[in-house]
Amino acid sequence: MEIDSISSGSPASPSPLGAQPMQLNGCRSFRSMLGSPDISLANNAYWGIPSRRWDANAWKRQSSSAEQLPVLMSLFGGEMSLLRSPLQPPSPGFSFDLTERNAVLGRLLEGSPPPRPVKTGTTISGMVFRDGVVLGADTRATSGDVVADKMCAKIHRISANMYCCGAGTAADTQKTTDLLASNLALFSLNSQRAPRVLMAASILQDTLYRYGGQIGAHLILGGVDYSGAHLYTVGPYGSVDKLPFVSMGSGSMAALGILEDRYKPNMEVEEAKVLVRDSVQAGIMGDLGSGSNVDLCVITAQAVDYIRPYQESQYTNGRNRKYKYPPGTTALLSEKVVPLRMELVTEAVQRMETH
Amino acid sequence: MLEEQGPEWMSEEVKTGTTIIAVEFDGGVVLGSDSRVSAGASVVNRVMNKLSPLHDRIYCALSGSAADAQTIAETVNYQLDVHSMELGEDPLVCSAATLVKNISYQYKEELSAHLIVGGWDRRGGGQVYATLSGLLTRQPFALGGSGSSYVYGYLDAEYRAGAGRTDTQRLVVDTLSLAMSRDGSSGGVAYLVTIDGDGVEEKVFLGNELPTFYDQ
Repeated sequence: MEIDSISSGSPASPSPLGAQPMQLNGCRSFRSMLGSPDISLANNAYWGIPSRRWDANAWKRQSSSAEQLPVLMSLFGGEMSLLRSPLQPPSPGFSFDLTERNAVLGRLLEGSPPPRPVKTGTTISGMVFRDGVVLGADTRATSGDVVADKMCAKIHRISANMYCCGAGTAADTQKTTDLLASNLALFSLNSQRAPRVLMAASILQDTLYRYGGQIGAHLILGGVDYSGAHLYTVGPYGSVDKLPFVSMGSGSMAALGILEDRYKPNMEVEEAKVLVRDSVQAGIMGDLGSGSNVDLCVITAQAVDYIRPYQESQYTNGRNRKYKYPPGTTALLSEKVVPLRMELVTEAVQRMETH
Repeated sequence: MLEEQGPEWMSEEVKTGTTIIAVEFDGGVVLGSDSRVSAGASVVNRVMNKLSPLHDRIYCALSGSAADAQTIAETVNYQLDVHSMELGEDPLVCSAATLVKNISYQYKEELSAHLIVGGWDRRGGGQVYATLSGLLTRQPFALGGSGSSYVYGYLDAEYRAGAGRTDTQRLVVDTLSLAMSRDGSSGGVAYLVTIDGDGVEEKVFLGNELPTFYDQ
């Protein structure tokens, strides 16, 4: 309903994509009204997956625009490449589907700035210790200057032995890690093997590289497999670094200072947890985009300990979040009872076949 | 401000502002690189080994965009594996360099990475090839990366044809150290790879092991 009222105000434009720019602008203000970075309509468009409501409007408008076919094909091509199974060989060459789509959008929007995806200021860090890896993250999700989510989960499960922290655009990190997790689950079922951390890092690198930086996901991937504990960081353009300790996000410089100072190889688990917690805390205190609680995830060969929260923010305002009031809380001034007399007009009985 | 994008380096591409060197000597080749990977003004990885193996006795040195360079190196590594299996013997350095050149030339508008290929094969001994922008040229020594501009003169003056293994290693380390001290985008540790008929030797020179010059 809202989409229709937004697009009815759009200038008369022959292209079906005349609906889309208005929708993205409408969604941007809609999104900032609600303050949540997770409304995925606009972000779905960035991924090339046509959302259902957009489709309904687009197909209503008939057009002979020459730009219609290649852009729509690029959208569907983008969708198919994302859903491709890991068992098929990856399609060769680079994937420029989204850059073509962006160029067309830029021409259509000309004048007004293109919509930008919402980023979550973040501090995420990780390190390798004697028995495995420790990953840590703050829990603040921002939408501009407003905290949209005080308790968002930035450590995503990839498999039983691998977890991934994500910074950057919230939708991109969630979707990338979800797709990675489901593809690896299919791989495990098909091959009867637990996936290696290196495989997950390679898949992430392949996906992010093919989209040339358009997917704003800065990831820290950590896990334990048969060959030991590994920690990788993957950038949005598809560069991979394998390091003993790493931090990403807007608070990463603050966190890295703590890690650089106190990291030692083969630390014990409690010392490692404290170090990662301290590094995330440095980001929480020193970066405006990070805050609230600290989540930790300790991965060893035997077990995974997902501690959420490891440390709660000391700056809560003590709200119970329970709004159930006992009867009598509100004073009753007067009472009037009006019985509703209803006449039976017709009665019909229909048998249901139940076996 | 509703459109908060975070600090600039969050959206900047990760580049290896770099110094990479490859020098031929009598019987082999020495490749050297620094270890700094930057995203805008911040260092993303201070210990990256930019000397990437393409085959047993062929290495390449990466510079430019980290993602592009890593991907080219991995692609050529795969192609060389297939090629050497088909041949039944070790590939030539020239073949490896040609494969890198093919990718660099075909995608020259889309990629921003420069790889120097160096190695040893039975037919030609130690060889160094530069593949900048998709050309292919064999040179006695090749430089690349942002730090290379500071040391062209030094290497031109100090290179001796027919030098031995240790002299060439020392030359490469000295050149790297000079470039790393002058170029803001190069730094960290120095990696050295020496390839000859007997095998491959990898060495790391930590910060305090690098040679120092007049102002250090």
